[in-house]
This record gives sequence, structure tokens and C-alpha cells, in this order.
Amino acid sequence: MEKHSTEQLKSICSQVRRDILRMVHACQSGHPGASLGCTEFFVALYFDQMKHNKNFNPDGIGEDLFFLSNGHISPVWYSVLSRSGYFDTKELATFRKINSRLQGHPATEEGLPGIRVASGSLGQGLSVAIGAALTKKMNGDKQTVYALMGDGEQQEGQIWEAAMCAPHHNVDNLIASIDVNGQQIDGPTKEIMNLRDLKAKWEAFGWEVIVTKNGNEITDVVQSLEKAKSLLGKGKPVLNLLHTDMGFGVDFMVGTHKWHGVAPNDEQLENALGQLEETLGDY
Amino acid sequence: MEKTLDTKYTYTEKKDTRSGFGDGFLELGRKNKNVVGLCADLIGSLKMGAFQKEFPERFFQVGISEANMMGLAAGMTIGGKIPFTGTFANFSTGRVYDQIRQSIAYSEKNVKICASHAGLTLGEDGATHQILEDVGMMKMLPNMTVINPCDYNQTKAATMAIADHEGPVYLRFGRPSWPIFTPSDQKFEIGKAWKMIEGKDVSLFATGHLVWEAVVAEAMLREEGISVELINIHTIKPLDTAAVLASVAKTGCAVTAEEHQLNGGLGDSIAQTLIRNNPAPQEFVGVDDSFGESGKPVDLLEKYGLNAENIVKAVKKAISRK
Repeated sequence: MEKHSTEQLKSICSQVRRDILRMVHACQSGHPGASLGCTEFFVALYFDQMKHNKNFNPDGIGEDLFFLSNGHISPVWYSVLSRSGYFDTKELATFRKINSRLQGHPATEEGLPGIRVASGSLGQGLSVAIGAALTKKMNGDKQTVYALMGDGEQQEGQIWEAAMCAPHHNVDNLIASIDVNGQQIDGPTKEIMNLRDLKAKWEAFGWEVIVTKNGNEITDVVQSLEKAKSLLGKGKPVLNLLHTDMGFGVDFMVGTHKWHGVAPNDEQLENALGQLEETLGDY
Repeated sequence: MEKTLDTKYTYTEKKDTRSGFGDGFLELGRKNKNVVGLCADLIGSLKMGAFQKEFPERFFQVGISEANMMGLAAGMTIGGKIPFTGTFANFSTGRVYDQIRQSIAYSEKNVKICASHAGLTLGEDGATHQILEDVGMMKMLPNMTVINPCDYNQTKAATMAIADHEGPVYLRFGRPSWPIFTPSDQKFEIGKAWKMIEGKDVSLFATGHLVWEAVVAEAMLREEGISVELINIHTIKPLDTAAVLASVAKTGCAVTAEEHQLNGGLGDSIAQTLIRNNPAPQEFVGVDDSFGESGKPVDLLEKYGLNAENIVKAVKKAISRK
């Protein structure tokens, strides 16, 4: 895979954010908040860290695999997949519209390249990622499995079943990240259902835990993922607490749950796009 | 009483259908290196121990975490494995419905959900464990195949057959020791009904443990001069609608028998097929909108109206409505 400079990665991030905003604006639905917040993470994965093939093969033998558990942030994933060459960027215009492969939440049924399992109903993706990682081990496939969860999603019970399972089965080819933005639909996580000390919890379950202090700084994200990779193969799965700001990149959206699942109107879109350079050409 | 009847199928041995699963699973493990097993702390109950012992690298104890098990199984298919999950039918369906719906059925994953201790014949554990709604839940899911074999031999054959079928399967079996009356060398064809006895007065469609009750009922009815066509519906979905329609076209009425709620079971599927194509009188043997309770399997089948005597009554009623 072609190696990108930090400046190039930043410029891709700007375009991805424009894609996200234009997608949710066009269908007046979808989840811009955490999509914007996780942009650096997705760009780091697909343009720097993962060994993957845009000529999509669902089994992904010999490739790194990525699973999105918090499927509602599909806009950022769809943008990054298309900007990586999995499908034409023009198709982003069909997001959430009838007869589209770009379902509101990621799905396999319509055959969108890059998606290996449906997600949206929360709490399920980590288990799936562990299963895929175990199959890689059985197959003697040395590549890595990545997963992303939301922090609100940590309130689901299945997450903790999976958290207990991966260290027990020595799943040390797995890097799971949690988007720690402190927000969920109804408000700040602290008020809705306090998650308390996630680092202590995951460590107690037997994971190697690392912290990405600024998940909206591409160099921080890349460094964290490099560090995570260096911890693999030692008997433990790795958990990355990825601190981000919901709505990052747009001044009136940042840091609040209010843009979790609300689309901008025409005026707001224009304002937001004015803050983000068009670097690769809008779709 | 059974022994004195001239049944067209007989048995010399009884065994639990779950052992048919366990033995089939072990044989399958030897044949197909991609088959892997997962179990949520019920290895003994599911008879998965022999597979685990012979193939420890392909078997995963996941503890009491069924939701996680379904997710693991979905993920394991990515890269070519064929996961078989094992737990009780209740915990294989109701407890994990959303996981199956999203991660397995909607995601078109090649997972085999193997469910033991289904229905009233679980016995003494009582209603918390006696799921009678599982077939309904599973057959409603697009992409899902639903199979409910009738004895040890058929369960063993079904276990081996589902590995060669691409796509999610729900395989339902049970705990009680039950007559083995089907051949050990049978070929199991998913979605193909098996006409066990040819007849002309009524079509009797039975699934699971109640196929044996239907065999007994056929002998009782024959003594009274009633000719029963007995059809073994091991695959509830996809239903062999051609076989159903051909039989009812000949007999003019139908009876269904299953160890399940009437709501959502095999009877519903047959009724839908008939009403859309060739409406005919139909009677239903199954549990009528109630939970089960503790007791011996045979006593429970009698109390809830699921034994041969009840099938006989239903047949007579169906014929009288022609």
C-alpha cells in the first residue's frame, strides 16, 4: 500500500468530513457526531495501518480485518471505504436512500464491498471480531483484527461477555478501540449511565490497555495503533481508549451530544463546509 | 400399549436425539476440518464432549455467555470455518434473538445453531427451560433454515447434512430417551419431506418427537379402518410445499403434530400453504398458548394434549370436517 505523509492523511480527513456532512444532509438523517469524531481513526486504519485489499474478499485471508460495532457511524466508514477505492465515491450520494447499498447501518445483504457483518444493534461487534480473530489463528493467518465500539455501547451486557472471553482464549491478534467521546443520544455518558474507570475495567478483564489522548490528532492515532500492534502476540488482546470529540472539525457541532443523530440544514451545511477544505474533490 | 400395536415402524432401542447430534458432530469433525464447535457451559448436556476431546483446537468453551457465543460464531465464518453452537433451545433462540437476527441471519453467516432440550419433553426442569416458541422465532428470520428431526438416527443424519448447506441453520433436538425407528443409513435431504406411510383419508404431518406419536396414532387408526398418510416434516423451513399439497390434494384434510406452540409452529406453515393453494380442513396438535411445567415427558405430552391419543382425535375431527 502506498504510504501517506501526515499532511496527506490530514487532507484526506478534511475530505472525509465533507463527505459525512454532505451524506447526512442529502438524506436529512444519519449520525454525523461520532462520524466526525472518528474520522482520524478511520483514515489512520485504512490509509496507514491496515493491510487490506480494495478488491474486496469477504473472507479476508491474509488481510487485516476491521469490524464496526457502533454501526450508526456508517457515514465515516462509507466515505473512507470509497476514498480507499472499494466503490465509486458517487455512490455516497445514495446513502440511506431506497435501493442503495449504503444502508443506514452497515449491512452485507446488498453486497457493499468492505462490509463483513451487519451492525447497528449495539454490543455485538466485539464478539464477531473475536470470532474472526480466532479463525485467523486456526488458519495460521498472521494478520490483525481491528474493532471499534462506542463508549455509550459499553453499557451493553454482551460487551462484557466478549471482554471476558478474548483474554481467556488468548486472542492476541485483536486491537479493539473504544471511541471515548463522553456522549450518547440522551446526553453525556456520565449522566445517562456512568461508565466510570474504563481503563481499570478492561485491565481487570485481562486486556492490555492503551490510551490515545487525542484521537482527533492523526499523529497520535497512528502512534497509538503502532504501539497497539507492538503489544500483539503476547497472549493478550489490546484495548485502545480512543479519546475523541464528538462533532470534531465543525465548530458548532463539536463536544455535544446534540449532533449525535441530527442532520444539518442547508445553511448549517454551508457553514460547516466552509470550515473544511475540499481536498480530493467532492463526490 | 405401544408394543401391542401393529405399527409400520418399530424400534428395539431408545436413545436421546441429543446423542444423535453428539455422535453426528464427532463424525463430521473427522470428515470436515472446517467444522468448529462452541458451547456455553453445557458440553455434557449437548453431548459435545467427544468432539472437544478429539479436536480441542477446533472447540471453544465460552462459558455462560450465549450472546457472545452467537457473535463469535458469526465472526468465525469469516475465513471459512463452519461453527456449530451448542446450548439449550431456550438459550439458543429467545435469549439471543437479536444476535442471531443481526450478526447471523441478516449477515448471511454460515452458522449452525444446535439446540437441545427443546419442548415439553425436557421434563422436570419446567417451563423456564421448556421453550415452545423457538421454531416460530427461527422460521420468521429470512435466510434461516429450521430443522426438527424425530429420533437419534435422523438427528445424526441431519447434523452431518447441515454442514454441507451454505447458510444459517437452526437444528432442534431434545433430551428424552426416545424410540429409534428410522434407518441408520438414511440420506437426509434438507427441505424434502419424507412420506413414511401412504394413505388416503387424511394427511398427517408430524415433526420432532411427535413423529413417533404419529406412528403410533396411525396404527390405532388403521385398526379402526382409517387410512392415514404420514409425512415426516423434519425441515420446517423451507417447507416442502409440493409434498404437502400433493398429499392433501389426495386426502382432502390435514392434521399437524408438533412439540411447540400452535402459534408460529409447523401447523401455521402448513395452514398458510393450504390456504394459499388448496384450502382444506386442518386440525392442530400442539401446545395451545400456554407455558409448560415440571413433570415426566410422557405425562406432560398427555396433559398438554400432544400424544398419540390426541392425534387420533384430531384425525377423526379433520375427516369429519371434509
